Amino acid sequence: MTVNVIKPGLLTTVQDLGRPGYFHLGIPLGGAMDRLALRAGNMLVGNDEGAAALEAVFMGPELAFEADALVAVTGADMPIFLDGEEQEGWTSFQVKAGQVLTFGFLKSGARAYIAVSGGIDTPPALGSRSTYAIGALGGVDGRAIAEGDRLPLGQQGAGKVSATVATHLRRSRGSPAELRILPGLYWHRITAEAQKNFFEDEWAVAPEADRMGYRFRNGRPLEFVDRKQPFGAGSDPSNIVDGCYPYGSVQVPSGTEPIVLHRDAVSGGGYFMIGTVISADMDLIGQLQPHVPVKFVEVDMDSALNARRERAAKLNEIRASLQ
Amino acid sequence: MKTRYSFGGDEHIFVEVDEEMSLDAFFKSLSMTNAVRDRNIEGVTEICPANASFQIKFDPDQIHPNDLLAELKTLESVAENADKRMTTRIVEIPVYYNDPWTQETLMRFRERHQDPNGTDLEYAASINGFDTVEQFIEAHHSNPWFVSMVGFVSGLPFLYQLVDRDRQLQVPKYLRPRTDTPKLTVGYGGCFSCVYSVRGAGGYQMFGITPMPIFDPEQKISYLKDFMVFFKPGDIVKWRPIERAEYDRIVAEVEAGTYTPKIAEVDFDLDVFNKDIDGTNTKLKEALNDG
Repeated sequence: MTVNVIKPGLLTTVQDLGRPGYFHLGIPLGGAMDRLALRAGNMLVGNDEGAAALEAVFMGPELAFEADALVAVTGADMPIFLDGEEQEGWTSFQVKAGQVLTFGFLKSGARAYIAVSGGIDTPPALGSRSTYAIGALGGVDGRAIAEGDRLPLGQQGAGKVSATVATHLRRSRGSPAELRILPGLYWHRITAEAQKNFFEDEWAVAPEADRMGYRFRNGRPLEFVDRKQPFGAGSDPSNIVDGCYPYGSVQVPSGTEPIVLHRDAVSGGGYFMIGTVISADMDLIGQLQPHVPVKFVEVDMDSALNARRERAAKLNEIRASLQ
Repeated sequence: MKTRYSFGGDEHIFVEVDEEMSLDAFFKSLSMTNAVRDRNIEGVTEICPANASFQIKFDPDQIHPNDLLAELKTLESVAENADKRMTTRIVEIPVYYNDPWTQETLMRFRERHQDPNGTDLEYAASINGFDTVEQFIEAHHSNPWFVSMVGFVSGLPFLYQLVDRDRQLQVPKYLRPRTDTPKLTVGYGGCFSCVYSVRGAGGYQMFGITPMPIFDPEQKISYLKDFMVFFKPGDIVKWRPIERAEYDRIVAEVEAGTYTPKIAEVDFDLDVFNKDIDGTNTKLKEALNDG
């Protein structure tokens, strides 16, 4: 009962909904960058929503199945082929033992989730199968999948062939993509002019964009409010006494290129932060490719909570539609 | 000290106890995080203490951010009146200063450093007013350190030296972070020392390396079998300088499963420490040697 890796793709990792509870030790939540896509994929193949699946970045793997299974691919739009025959995304399909799953070139989005009935059954570490490569935890020996790996599958549930998530329930991004931010943390450290510029400018995703964080560029540098640096912070105006970093927080080393921390965030450090991307927009970041234009949009707490409720309602709609 | 509260999006509250680093700020932050833990507030999912600040992660579906904020503020007075005392442990960490591995790495990233012509230790010694690297190394290891935060990645400890502010060593971080740091490098940035628990990116100056692993995801190392992370906030550390032969010997002992870190239980009282810093440190070091 295994799926065998013929080609791993660019960077394909086992991910579930992550390992909460260890951030105070520098071990992040981890898990699927696009959590809704992972949940939907699992629902489509009859798994628990939090089962482990494969997260493939920019390019799909080539996988040979040793057993019959139900498969669904969600998230990024990448043509899916089973023994050369194209399959629908966001839709479950039957795979027979001996068949090979391959992918075409990425059309949109950044991360595809390949859910298999039974879930990927690699050994959990600290309660999760999510791969955290920096700490060598989870996944296959704490790393991305590699050629020749044999991925074990768990007990299959009662999924149905051709279950599908309606198009209007899949998220699409605008252009520029909009990321909503609640200003705060060290927002007061930049000038009113810089605060205005930050939301006015159009940014683009930089090539340094991974599970730890997404870097952005093309906006104007941020001017700091003058101060004498506090003892222990370091001499650069963007330095603080090392503190905790929220998931989604926006740090701007030296005031130039903002970095939004994601699921494999470092838990703390010495750079100031100007605010935090709201929880409802974290999944969207996981689907941004380098060079995609981005606008940051200022919101208040009420809007953040409303957006969170809308996101939860959408997930509930997907659940209801697949009952 | 003026405590500042801020939301980190809709899932975090960030509390800065003080802008500056001090043991008073650390103890207040630690007391507040302990109080939050004791209160067992529904919806709180992660409690992360830091050097002079802390962060609470919560589920806003279970508790409204404003309600949690109000509750945290009520804990501030509790924390102010809390004992600044703890029973903890002092751990001796062997350090091979000026080792060949950090030396090779710092040469590779020289263009990202403030002083392209020297080493990190030469630069740190010079800007802190020491005539020689040896004197600087002695200042780094002669007094104990306090683990004031665990984080960044995989159980990395931030350490603050138990000396008055005049004797604190301070160095800036690299101008641009390195993309590589050897595993178990003893680093320095701002007023903090650290031990890089795993190989990876880093911006702290590099002074040496310890043969003693502090993170083991496989939990095979004898003293990391119970839990993969060695350090916790409140631990006290005494660096002990070693040379290459001892470094190699300890590496072999760790591999053979026979290495045991030198640890002693100690009490630490901030008021007593503030009254007699050198006397307190002498006692801490004696505890290690008696153990």
